[in-house]
Amino acid sequence: MVTLMWLIPAFPAAGFLVLSTLGRRLSRPACAVMGTSSVALSMIVSAVVAWGYLSPTLPRPLTTTALWQWMEIRSLSIGFGLHLDSLSLLWVLVVTGVGFLIHLYSTSFMSAQEGYGRYFAYLNLFIASMLLLVLADGLLLLYLGWEGVGLCSFLLIGFWYREPANSKAALKAFVVTRIGDTALIIGILLLYTRLGSGNIQELLSRASSQIPPGAPLAVAAAALLLAGALGKSAQIPLQTWLPDAMAGPTPVSALIHAATMVTAGVYLIARMNVLFALAPTVRFLVAIIGAATLILAGFSAASQRDIKRVLAYSTISQIGYMFLALGVGAWPAAAFHFLTHACFKALLFLGAGVIILNLGDEHDIFRMGGLWKRMPLVFATFLTAALSMAAVPPLTAGFYSKDWILYWVWNSGPSGPILWLLALLGIVLTSLYTFRLVFIVFLGPERSRPSGRPGALLTIPLVVLAVPAALAGFLETPRHLGDIRVFSRFIAQTAPVVEPAPSMPGMVVWLILVSEAASLLGILLAYLLFRRRLRVGEAAESLPQGAYLRRFWLAGWGFDWLYEQTVVRPYRFLSRVVGSEPLDWLYRGIGDLAVVAHRLLSLIQDGRIRRYAAGVALGAALILALVVLL
Amino acid sequence: MNLALLVLVPLFAGLLAWLLGRRSDSAARLTAFAGLSVDLGIILSLWVRFPGAGAVGPGKHWLEQLVLPWIPQLGVRVHLALDGLSLLMVSLTAVLGMVALVVSWASVNKRVGLFHFHLMVSLAGIMGVFLTMDLFLFALFWELMLVPTYFLIVIWGHANRQAAGIKFFLFTQAGGLLMILAILGLHFLHASQTGEYTFDALRLAETHLPGRWGMLLMLGFFLAFAVKLPVFPLHPWLPDAHTEAPTAGSIILAGLLLKTGAYGLIRFALPLFPQASARLAPWAMGLAVAGIIYGGLAAFGQRDIKRLIAYTSISHLGFVLLGIYAGSRAALEGAVLLMICHGLTTGALFALAGGIQDRLGTRDMDSLGGLWSVTPRLAAVTLFFALAAMGLPGLGNFAGEFLVLLGVFAVHLLPAILAATAMIVSVVYALNLVCRTMFGPSRPASAVVDLGAAEMIVMTGLMLLILCLGLFPQSVIDRVRPFLQIIPGGIG
Amino acid sequence: MTTVLVQYGLLLAAALFLVGLAGVLFRRNLLFTLLSLEIMLNAAGLAFVVAASRWQQPDGQVMFLIILAVSAAEAAVGLALILGIHRESGTLDPDELSRLRG
Repeated sequence: MVTLMWLIPAFPAAGFLVLSTLGRRLSRPACAVMGTSSVALSMIVSAVVAWGYLSPTLPRPLTTTALWQWMEIRSLSIGFGLHLDSLSLLWVLVVTGVGFLIHLYSTSFMSAQEGYGRYFAYLNLFIASMLLLVLADGLLLLYLGWEGVGLCSFLLIGFWYREPANSKAALKAFVVTRIGDTALIIGILLLYTRLGSGNIQELLSRASSQIPPGAPLAVAAAALLLAGALGKSAQIPLQTWLPDAMAGPTPVSALIHAATMVTAGVYLIARMNVLFALAPTVRFLVAIIGAATLILAGFSAASQRDIKRVLAYSTISQIGYMFLALGVGAWPAAAFHFLTHACFKALLFLGAGVIILNLGDEHDIFRMGGLWKRMPLVFATFLTAALSMAAVPPLTAGFYSKDWILYWVWNSGPSGPILWLLALLGIVLTSLYTFRLVFIVFLGPERSRPSGRPGALLTIPLVVLAVPAALAGFLETPRHLGDIRVFSRFIAQTAPVVEPAPSMPGMVVWLILVSEAASLLGILLAYLLFRRRLRVGEAAESLPQGAYLRRFWLAGWGFDWLYEQTVVRPYRFLSRVVGSEPLDWLYRGIGDLAVVAHRLLSLIQDGRIRRYAAGVALGAALILALVVLL
Repeated sequence: MNLALLVLVPLFAGLLAWLLGRRSDSAARLTAFAGLSVDLGIILSLWVRFPGAGAVGPGKHWLEQLVLPWIPQLGVRVHLALDGLSLLMVSLTAVLGMVALVVSWASVNKRVGLFHFHLMVSLAGIMGVFLTMDLFLFALFWELMLVPTYFLIVIWGHANRQAAGIKFFLFTQAGGLLMILAILGLHFLHASQTGEYTFDALRLAETHLPGRWGMLLMLGFFLAFAVKLPVFPLHPWLPDAHTEAPTAGSIILAGLLLKTGAYGLIRFALPLFPQASARLAPWAMGLAVAGIIYGGLAAFGQRDIKRLIAYTSISHLGFVLLGIYAGSRAALEGAVLLMICHGLTTGALFALAGGIQDRLGTRDMDSLGGLWSVTPRLAAVTLFFALAAMGLPGLGNFAGEFLVLLGVFAVHLLPAILAATAMIVSVVYALNLVCRTMFGPSRPASAVVDLGAAEMIVMTGLMLLILCLGLFPQSVIDRVRPFLQIIPGGIG
Repeated sequence: MTTVLVQYGLLLAAALFLVGLAGVLFRRNLLFTLLSLEIMLNAAGLAFVVAASRWQQPDGQVMFLIILAVSAAEAAVGLALILGIHRESGTLDPDELSRLRG
C-alpha cells in the first residue's frame, strides 16, 4: 500500500506535462478537470497511503521507495527516492487536501482570465514539487523540490505578466529566496562531504553518533540550513519578498504563500531537528528570529491597507510562531500549528479572494465595509478563521495549537519566560490586526457594492476549510481540557516527543487563562480603535511621531529600503562597471602600442639614403665589436 | 574507419556544398545536411555498439582506434582514438552542428555554398580535435577549426564583425602559437631523453619532465586552452566574437569551440604534466572563481541579448575550469557533465536569440518585451533554457555544477563557497533576461511568427536531452569514468 | 719584410675605407657618393692584395680583379642613373631627392 506513494507526486507532475504541452488546445473545462483531477487523485492516494501507514493491523510497511540512482561518485551515492513517515505524511495530506480545495476554487476564480491552462499547469507543477520536497529521502532531492516550488512561485506571482510590477515582484521573490537557497546548498554540501551521506535518515543517525553537541560542523550545518529556511519561509531578514508576492492571483497566495511553500522552512528544520539539537546556539537563534519576526510582522500587519498584504504579514507572523516553537525544540507543536494555520490562513485568503472578485478587483480595505449583510457565508467562514487565528477558545483550532506552543516555550529553560512574553505580545497583536480587518471589511458602513453572490465552486472550499479551522484543535488538547493526544502520538512515529514538564502544578491552567486574556484584549483594542474610532487612536495618529511610525510599519520596518541601498544599488553599479569590460583597455592598449610603435618606426623611413648608409655602417661596427669582445 | 569518416565526411560535404552552391542554394544546404546526417548515423551506431563504459587502464580503455603512419621521419602518425569522453564530445559536435544548420536554413541567404563550406570544415576540425591522440594532428585540427570560424564571423556577422573577428583571431592564434611551441618542446625533450621522435600523446606522457621545463611546457598548453575556455582575464575576445557572429557561428563558438579548450586541458594538459598542473591548481581555481563571478556580474549589466549569453558562458566555463583543477574525480566528472549541458543550453539560447533577432530586428532588451503573448512557444522554450542556465535542479546544468561543488568542497572550502554564490548571480541575470524580453506589455510589432515545426522539433529534442541529463546523469558519468580514473591524483 | 707590410697595408686599407665611408655619409652630391664608393671598393681590394701577399696565395689578386670588374660595372650604371636623375630633377642632392614622408 505504501509503495504506491510514488504516485502522489506523479499525478500532479503528469498533469503539469499534459497541461503545459497541450494546454493551449484544450478547452477551459478540460483544463479545469485535468488540473483538479490530478490533485484529487494525488489526494486519494495520499489518503490510501495514510490508511496503510497508520493501520495497526497491517504489517509494518516499507516506508522508503527508491526510484533510481541519481548520481554516484566513488564514496557517495545519491539516490532519487521517497521516504514516508508521520511528518511527511502530515505535510502530504495538508498539501493535497488544501491543494485540491484551492484547485476547485480556482476553476471558478480564474474563469475569466486568460492563460487558464498555463495557470493549472503551474499550479500542478507546484503541487508535484512540494510533494517531492516533503517526501524526499535525501537532502538533494529535497533541494530539487525546494527549487521547484520557488520556480512555481516565481511563475505564479508573475502570472499576469503584462504588468511589469508583477514580474518585478516575482523576480524579487526568487532572488531573495535564492540567497537562502545558496546557504542551503552549501549546508547540504557540508553534510554530504563530512558525514558521507545525503540520505536524511542515515545522515541524522550518523550525526547523532559521530558529532558531539556544539561541534563546529553541527553549528555550521544547522546555521546554513536555517538560512535556507529563512528565505523560503519569509522570516527576518529574508522576509521582504512575501508582501510583494501578493501580486499573484489570490488562490496562489492562499496555496503557496500561506499554507504550503512558506512552511517548507518549517518542514526542513522539523525534519532535521536532530541536527539542530546538536547545535543549541543555532536552535536558540531560530527561536529569537521567530520571536522577532512575529512581533515585527504583527506591527506591519496592523498598518496595511491592502487586504492581501495584511494577510501576508500575518502569515509571516504566524510562521514566526512556528519558528519560535522549533527554536525551543517543540517541533511537534510547530507541526501542529502548521496544520491549523494551513486551514485558517487558506480560508482567510480564499474569503478575501471572493471579496476582491466580487468588488471588482478591490484590494483596499478602507473601500470595503458592511459586507456581512451581502456576503453572509463569506463572513461566517472568515470570522471562524479569524477567531482561530486570534486563538479565541474554545471552538478554534488556532487556540489549541498556539497554546501548545506557548506552554512549551514557557517551560523551555531560563529564557523561556521572556520568549513567552514576546509570544504573548504577539497574540495581542494577532487578534488586533485580525479583528481590525474583520471590523473594517465586514462591519461598518458599506462603501462598495459587491456584484452578486459567489458560486458554489467558490463557497464549498470555504465551508470545507472552516470545519478543520474550528475543530482541528481537538487533535491535541491540554491536560485540563480533555488531554487528547492524538496528534502527538501520530507525530511521535517520526521521532519521540519529549514534552517538558510544567514547572508548577497549576501552571498549565494559568498559562491558558493568560493567553485567552491576551487574545481577548487584542479584540477589544481592535474594537475600540477601529470600530469605535476612539479619540486616543486618532490623536496618536495625528502626531508626527505617530504618522511616522505608521508609515514605518507600513513599509515593513524599512527592510526594503535598507536592502535597496546596501545590496541592490551596489550590485547594479558593479554590474554596469564589469559589463563594460574594463579589461578591454588592457588589450586595446596592446593594439595601441603596436600603432605607436609603427608610427615611431616609420619615422625612420624618410628616404634619406645617407642616413640609411650611416645606419648600415653603425650596425656593422657594432656587430664587429660584439664579435671581437665576446 | 568510422573515426576517419567522422572527420572526412563533413570535410567533403563542405567542399561539395561549396561547389554545388554556385548552382543552387538549397543544394548546398542539403549536401551539408546529408553530411551531418551521415555523421550522426555513425555516432548513433557507436552508441549502440558500446552500451557500457570501456575497461579501465591506460591505453586499454579505447573503444575504437585508427592508427596510420604519416610522416615517420618526424614521428607523426594519424592516430584517432575514441573513448567515452570523446564519444560524448563528438556527439555534442554532431548535435550542435545539426542545430546550427537548421537554424541557418532560412536566415543565411548570401554565398550560401561558401557558408556551408566554412561551417562543415570547422566541424570537421572540431571532430578531429576530439578524436586525435597525435599532437601534430591535434595542432593541425586546432588551426583547421579556427580559420573557417573567423571567416564565418567576418563575412556573415553583424555590424561590428571586422573588429570582433580580428580580436578573436589574434587571441586564439596567440594561444595556438604557444601551444605549438610547447608541443615542439615536448617533442624534442622526449627525443633527447629516449632518442625517439614522436608526437604521440601517450608516448610523450612518459617523458621525464625536470621541474622548470615541465612548468613552461604545461603553461604553453594551458595558455592556449585558457584563451579558448576562456579563463578570466583572457576572455575579452568572447563577448565580441559571440555577439557579432551569425547565429550558427555563435552556436558553434559557444557550444563547441569553448569545449575544445576544456577538452584539451582534460585530455592533454593534465595527463602530460601532472606535477606542474598540481602546482598551477590553486591559481587556476582562483581564476576560475573570478571568472564565475565576473561573468555573472557582467551578464546582468548587458542590454544586448547575445552579449548577455556570451558572458554567461564565461561564468559557466569558470565552473568547468574549477572542476578540472580541483584535484577531485567527482569534480572532474561534474566538469565533463557541465561541458555537455552547457553546450546544449547555450547553443539553444543562441539559437533563440538569433530567432528573436531575425523576427524583431533587434537584440537590445530595452526595445523588447512582452514576447510571451506574441510568440508563446519561443518564450516558453527560452524560459526553459534560462532555468537550465541558472542551475535549476532536475536539469543537466545543476547536476554538473553540484558535482563540481561537491568535489571541490571535499578538498578546498573557500573556492566552493565562492563558486556557490554564483547561484545567486545566475538567477539575477537569467530571470532578468526572461522578464525583460518575455514579460511586460507587448510592443506593437508587425507579424511576428512563432517557432515553426522544424525549430520546435530541434528545441524539444534539446529540452529532452537536458532533462534526461538532469535526472539521469549517471549514464554520462559512467562513460567518462574509465578515462578520468587514469588521470593521477584526485579523490573519489 | 712581409709582416711590416701586412700591418701597414691593412691600416692603409682601413684608412682608405673610412675616408670613402666619410665621403658617402657626409657629401651631399651623388657624384661624390659614387666616387667615395669607388674608394671604399679599392680599399677592400687593397686589403685582399695585402692578404694575398702575406699568405703567398694568388686568390687575393684574383679577388682584386673581380672587385675591379664589379666596380667598373657599378660605376657605369651609377653614372647613367645620375645623368637621368639630373635630367629629371635638376639636383643631385640625395636629401632633396627623397619622396618618402617618414
